[in-house]
Amino acid sequence: MKARYAVPLAIFVVLVAFLGIGLKLDPRLVPSPLVDKAAPTFTLPRLDDPATRIGPDDLRGRVWLLNVWASWCVSCRVEHPILVELARRGDIAIVGLNYKDEQAAAREWLQRYGDPYLMSVVDADGRVGIDWGVYGVPETFVIDKRGTIRFKHIGPVDQSIVEEQLIPLVRELEQEAA
Amino acid sequence: MRTAAAVLLLVVTLAVDAKVELLQFSNPDYEQRYRDIIAELRCLVCQNQNLADSDAELAQDLRQQTYEMIERGASDDEIIAFMVARYGDFVLYRPPLRTTTLLLWVGPFLLVGLGIAVLVTIIRKRAGDARADTTDTERARARALLASSGEEKPSP
Repeated sequence: MKARYAVPLAIFVVLVAFLGIGLKLDPRLVPSPLVDKAAPTFTLPRLDDPATRIGPDDLRGRVWLLNVWASWCVSCRVEHPILVELARRGDIAIVGLNYKDEQAAAREWLQRYGDPYLMSVVDADGRVGIDWGVYGVPETFVIDKRGTIRFKHIGPVDQSIVEEQLIPLVRELEQEAA
Repeated sequence: MRTAAAVLLLVVTLAVDAKVELLQFSNPDYEQRYRDIIAELRCLVCQNQNLADSDAELAQDLRQQTYEMIERGASDDEIIAFMVARYGDFVLYRPPLRTTTLLLWVGPFLLVGLGIAVLVTIIRKRAGDARADTTDTERARARALLASSGEEKPSP
């Protein structure tokens, strides 16, 4: 007789546990196959100087962040002050990938909200974005001295991600040999 | 009524078709392959749509990418590998069998097996109950009652 109640109760508890875990998972967080792979190469014009073209090879030997942003991207506004703050520390290089944006709008955006980037490069048609597996702007990658992607964050970074993940990881990677 | 339905159907069809870019394929086979591939790949932005159905910008870009790769003579496998290298197995509506996806593939069969096992157990139990629902003491009591009423001898 007891089993008659215990079994449905057990099933219910298991179901609640699974649903509870499911609530906490974010379906937007798709694991990137690019982590621990070589950063996809590109040569793109600089936003501030379209005559100069820049690629990941130019940054070889240093740890850097690639931040994918656009002036049309609402969540980029949210994370922007945090990036400006991070850049103000002066010891972490952030390269911006200006993704599918109008160049004039992008320049104006940086003027208005501040420019945390060592430089921004222009990916007007989103081809480089595809190579980097970008699907939810803003995205932030950490690239080590050998040009390998070590970390990817999808969506806006917040203070705790910067303090607890990005900065410690950059510090750790700076200790590695080039 | 029929005409109205036909007109409605036509309007709806046009509206649906309006999303798809007009692409010129140099080979009629290419178009079929293009349609097959974009139906198999998942849009990363609207995750419950495939590339063919999604109107997201990224889906448009990836359709364009697929089109260009087909026109360049890439095979289906090459195009799928290109997408998986960038977006992971997640872009596939039919994920490959790996240790991480094992539960996904085997899970439904396990559940069906479990269901059948439970069903068989219940049916067996019920059949057993039906046979055992008169116990020896009950039978003896029934016999005693019948004997005391003196009407009929109980059959064994």
